[in-house]
Amino acid sequence: MLIKKPADLRYSETTPKSVYMNRRKFLASVPAAALAGRELLSPSRGLATTKLPDLVKSPLSTDEKQNTLDQVTHYNNYYEFGTQKDQPAKYAANFKTDPWTVSVEGEVEKKRKFSMDEILKLAPLEERIYRHRCVERWSIVVPWIGYSLSALLKAVGPTSKAKYVAFETYWDLKQMPMATPERSGLQYPYVEGLRLDEAMHPLALLCVGMFGETLPPQDGAPVRLVVPWKYGFKSIKSIVKIKLVTSEPPTTWNISNAHEYGFYSNVNPNVDHPRWSQAKETRLPSPFANRPTQIFNGYGDQVASLYAGMDLKKNY
Amino acid sequence: MLRNRWTKVLVFLLCLAPLGWMVARALGFGGGQTIIAIQGGKVTFNGGIEDALGNLTANPLEYVTHFTGDWTVRFIVFTLAVTPLRKLLHLPDLIRFRKMIGLFAFFYGCLHLSTWLFLDKLFDPAGMLQGMLKDVVKRPFITAGSAALLAMLPLAITSTTGWIRRLGGKRWQRLHRLVYFSGIAAVVHYYWLVKSDVRLPLMYGAMVAVLLAYRMGAWLISRSAKPAQKRTVPAVT
Repeated sequence: MLIKKPADLRYSETTPKSVYMNRRKFLASVPAAALAGRELLSPSRGLATTKLPDLVKSPLSTDEKQNTLDQVTHYNNYYEFGTQKDQPAKYAANFKTDPWTVSVEGEVEKKRKFSMDEILKLAPLEERIYRHRCVERWSIVVPWIGYSLSALLKAVGPTSKAKYVAFETYWDLKQMPMATPERSGLQYPYVEGLRLDEAMHPLALLCVGMFGETLPPQDGAPVRLVVPWKYGFKSIKSIVKIKLVTSEPPTTWNISNAHEYGFYSNVNPNVDHPRWSQAKETRLPSPFANRPTQIFNGYGDQVASLYAGMDLKKNY
Repeated sequence: MLRNRWTKVLVFLLCLAPLGWMVARALGFGGGQTIIAIQGGKVTFNGGIEDALGNLTANPLEYVTHFTGDWTVRFIVFTLAVTPLRKLLHLPDLIRFRKMIGLFAFFYGCLHLSTWLFLDKLFDPAGMLQGMLKDVVKRPFITAGSAALLAMLPLAITSTTGWIRRLGGKRWQRLHRLVYFSGIAAVVHYYWLVKSDVRLPLMYGAMVAVLLAYRMGAWLISRSAKPAQKRTVPAVT
């Protein structure tokens, strides 16, 4: 296999040392299709990601200080690749995301299987810098890339019976040996859900990248959801199935512990997790839990109306 | 070898090693920002406490809390293992290290508590005590953890030979059985706080259970044994 390099650049200038010192491993981890692409060697620490060009800056972005790529790729909750935060970076490194299809089915006018290429071209890619708040009390700021999930849903046309959207993560024990109830305490495949009006909200992002490039595997490659006003576990990773349904779908953490993780799971300083207070949060990498949690993670102006008249303590 | 004076020093250093490892990581040995540099006998600092904590993963509060908590429960297990190992391996001299290992369990427990106080609560000194008490009452896993550490306090205080003399061996021994409670409470604390992966707490739970079952067995045997045989039966300590 021949890798062409630009004449005026040397590998050492474009490639992190950790990559070229592990060339064999790196090659094994890069799908052939990506090798043929123009932007092969990303500046990101050993990640087999490719650059996403022509991004539109979104007005929905926050101007808060962003976390670093290193932080966002080495501190992950992705239980299929291990329950410790540093494990997904190691165990997802060779996760195969090409070819990839997302099946959209259920209560829709046009059932359809999307290839990743089709998903990348369905709507203009935007960079959206969102706050991301984990139920574990930490938060980060990430420059995601994608477009509103509503674009995809409109492409298939929900029927009048569709009331909820159910999502499912890829599940493959060969690639995800930790993804069993015995090894990580959850039922698989990982499933999540939104009410249709939540899913149609412009803030709900169908995400294909971050930091200007495609998603690294540990962050949910190749396509994930980002719902910034809800706790992080609602933002399901590595989606293979989206089904429009008539009633509230089961969700993984709710199955694991209904008392602690509700279907809605909106960020809310006034509704504590039964085992810890949600009043404050730690904005990583700060070591202090000293930042007041904002209702709906600061997106209340946009989304509070979705829950008008609802008791948020009951519908946690 | 166990009787050698230097063995105790060695065990002391081994007990301190986990803390040393964490501090070294915080100072930037093993990657990250180099906080302390030694060049030509000159020591220079290139960062403060927050930079050092920054070397401990993206979430230093969680890292330090888990690290010190893990080592507390491990040292409780080590302490509980001393007596069974002495008897089963016929190494009576292991007793020389029991006090030190027990005190290290308390030491790591105090570090664990301090992490919670300084990183989680200190930002609001006025509300700290109130916030603490509220957590202890409202959150069962914190109640269990506090109880585990609190039960170790009298044991740490009365760990000296002077206190053994003052209390008398029997009473001292009875008091120090509180460590059984600490072991159980520490495991319950751990079990209650994890989100879904309970493998580690279950592993420590199994260890504590085996070590307590050993004592229960030894006690039952000694109770049913004839007085003449009593000397050969392991005492429950």
